[in-house]
Amino acid sequence: MSARRLAEKQPASFAFSDATQEQIRFWLGKFPEDRKASAVLPILWLVQQQEGWVSEPAIRAIGDLLGMPKIRVLEVATFYTMLRLQPAGRYHLQVCGTTPCMLRGAEDLKKVCHKRIGEKFDVTVDGNFSWEEVECLGGCVNAPVVAINDRYHEDLTAEDLAAIIEKLAKGEKVSPGSARGRQTSAPEGGAKALTDPSLYDGSLAQPVSLPNKPAPASS
Amino acid sequence: MLADKDRIFLNLYGLHDWRLEAAKKRGAWNATADMIACGRDWIIQQTKDSGLRGRGGAGFPTGLKWSFMPKEVKDRPHYLVVNADESEPGTCKDRDMMRHDPHLLIEGCLIASFAMQAHAAYIYIRGEYVTEREVLEAAIKEAYEARLIGKNNIHGWDFDLHVSHGAGAYICGEETALLESLEGKKGQPRLKPPFPANAGLYGCPTTVNNVESIAVVPTILRRGAKWFAGIGRANNTGTKVFCISGHVNKPCNIEEAMSIPLKQLIEEHAGGVRGGWSNLKAVIPGGSSVRCITAEHAETALMDFDSLVALKSGLGTAAVIVMDQSTDIVRAIARIAYFYKHESCGQCTPCREGTGWMWRVLERMALGEAEHAEIDLLLDVAGQVEGHTICALGDAAAWPIQGLIRHFRGEIEQRIDRYRAAKGVHQVRTPVAAE
Ligand SMILES: Cc1cc2nc3c(=O)[nH]c(=O)nc-3n(C[C@H](O)[C@H](O)[C@H](O)COP(=O)(O)O)c2cc1C
Ligand code: SF4
Ligand code: FES
Repeated sequence: MSARRLAEKQPASFAFSDATQEQIRFWLGKFPEDRKASAVLPILWLVQQQEGWVSEPAIRAIGDLLGMPKIRVLEVATFYTMLRLQPAGRYHLQVCGTTPCMLRGAEDLKKVCHKRIGEKFDVTVDGNFSWEEVECLGGCVNAPVVAINDRYHEDLTAEDLAAIIEKLAKGEKVSPGSARGRQTSAPEGGAKALTDPSLYDGSLAQPVSLPNKPAPASS
Repeated sequence: MLADKDRIFLNLYGLHDWRLEAAKKRGAWNATADMIACGRDWIIQQTKDSGLRGRGGAGFPTGLKWSFMPKEVKDRPHYLVVNADESEPGTCKDRDMMRHDPHLLIEGCLIASFAMQAHAAYIYIRGEYVTEREVLEAAIKEAYEARLIGKNNIHGWDFDLHVSHGAGAYICGEETALLESLEGKKGQPRLKPPFPANAGLYGCPTTVNNVESIAVVPTILRRGAKWFAGIGRANNTGTKVFCISGHVNKPCNIEEAMSIPLKQLIEEHAGGVRGGWSNLKAVIPGGSSVRCITAEHAETALMDFDSLVALKSGLGTAAVIVMDQSTDIVRAIARIAYFYKHESCGQCTPCREGTGWMWRVLERMALGEAEHAEIDLLLDVAGQVEGHTICALGDAAAWPIQGLIRHFRGEIEQRIDRYRAAKGVHQVRTPVAAE
């Protein structure tokens, strides 16, 4: 378990932005009328997208919006580790430290973050960066993986990561995906599979008759 | 090697367009209306006959699971919930299906929901998969617009499909924790029974299936149960997307025949073990939750449920984590122990306390700062966590440690001896085990 608490310093108030409110309507439309609470996690995340983190006044506002007691929202906000309970940098790095990434150099990436940014959850003075170590990001065949503000950077070396951070610091764009130029999860240099052109020429869209169809009389 | 024509995920690597028109060209949504016309009993029977077993880790027969849903819809609606939480270390296959072949999943959702008389389904995707969620939402929108799903769609079964998401909790992959999370609560597993088929989402009959289990169904029906059942071995049929990570030359995802020899899988698709096969130390063949196997076992192991159980391991999510001779295996497993400690939901004492205890002991063992007797103590504690918890996370935490001690006890002992020799003592005063 990871014990998480609200930050000591809290803003006086919180308001949903217009963009957030529009998104909230989209989310509420997905669940039955009397099951609004189902949207609590997506809404907490939207609030984090808006503010950079989840504050106590925001938790109260979400409770009011969904008709949930504040304590229920607080419970959710403290349970889920992707929800940040303190301000983060403009670029927040989630460095995967679990074994498949560790086997391919995640420790070196953590060192880069330590050196360039500081302790976990520190925010650099220019407000640009913060980082944390997270558990498996679900990109293990492209290990090691770092998620920077929702996008995965993969197959990283320490040098790659350091270069990405410097680019971001200069306000330059970085492109997510494999730092080695790999095609997503394919083996480097291309796969032996999926090379048959007839898979892609439209022949699979020709009408097919289902095998083992039941006799027409039975349903 | 599995022939290309027998693969299901034709855009696994995203080399082609994921959008509807391109997906249709690859065969998605072909004859879907015919499948529905064949009726729900036919769909369930075909799924049973194909031998498809759940791809989420436990391997429960999918068709059989569907047949547990109430035969008639009474006062409560039925739901299908797709488990796209994908957080088992080593596993990243559902990700590719969602970002590169989302229409196979959407089509599967319609068919499975029809078979279980559900008019609505939810896909619960892990919060970190933002890109994947965006693609999925866009693909669902396409399906609505083309009237493939939705009210009054061309298939004649009213069907709404929604995506929701988590926020970084591995435990929400456990099906009842997932349902709690989907209801807007902390993701803490429920006591079973009642099983979801009786009381699942919002207390209604619900079936939870993995992304892959659902996404393969349309192709199985199109090509026939016999086709799928003819791949792999009896009881271990079909194709499977394997994830090969760790110390291989070319880590990758690959769809292969079930029961492919592990060695062939690694050598043919992942470029072999770094430094050659003889440099192999151990393999975790099914995601972090299963016991590791040695290089010797890896030589002959087949990648299926039965072969790996016979080696006291498991197919799990078919995520193969390869470790070469340079690996500090005690630290590698200690890091897995940390994962379970971090992800325990805290609800039951053996898991909440046990995972932390086991991790701390392993960290000391990795240094050598331990007693020889603690190895058996650790094994004993792992055995006390296993099978004594509400959900299988307790087992998942115990098994990797049991695998470590089973195969590498000598290495831990050496580590302890070396630590002592370096300090020039016969015995080090170790902190009490519970520290
Ligand atoms: C701790 C824990 C985590 C799990 N994580 C996942 C997961 O991320 N994805 C998944 O499909 N199943 C996961 N499962 C298995 C599910 O509980 C469930 O068995 C599965 O989704 C059923 O689908 P299937 O029958 O299609 O395999 C997990 C189980 C446990 C105990
Ligand atoms: S076994 Fe662990 S994760 Fe599962 S319910 Fe118990 S405390 Fe929670
Ligand atoms: S272990 Fe890092 S992405 Fe899976």
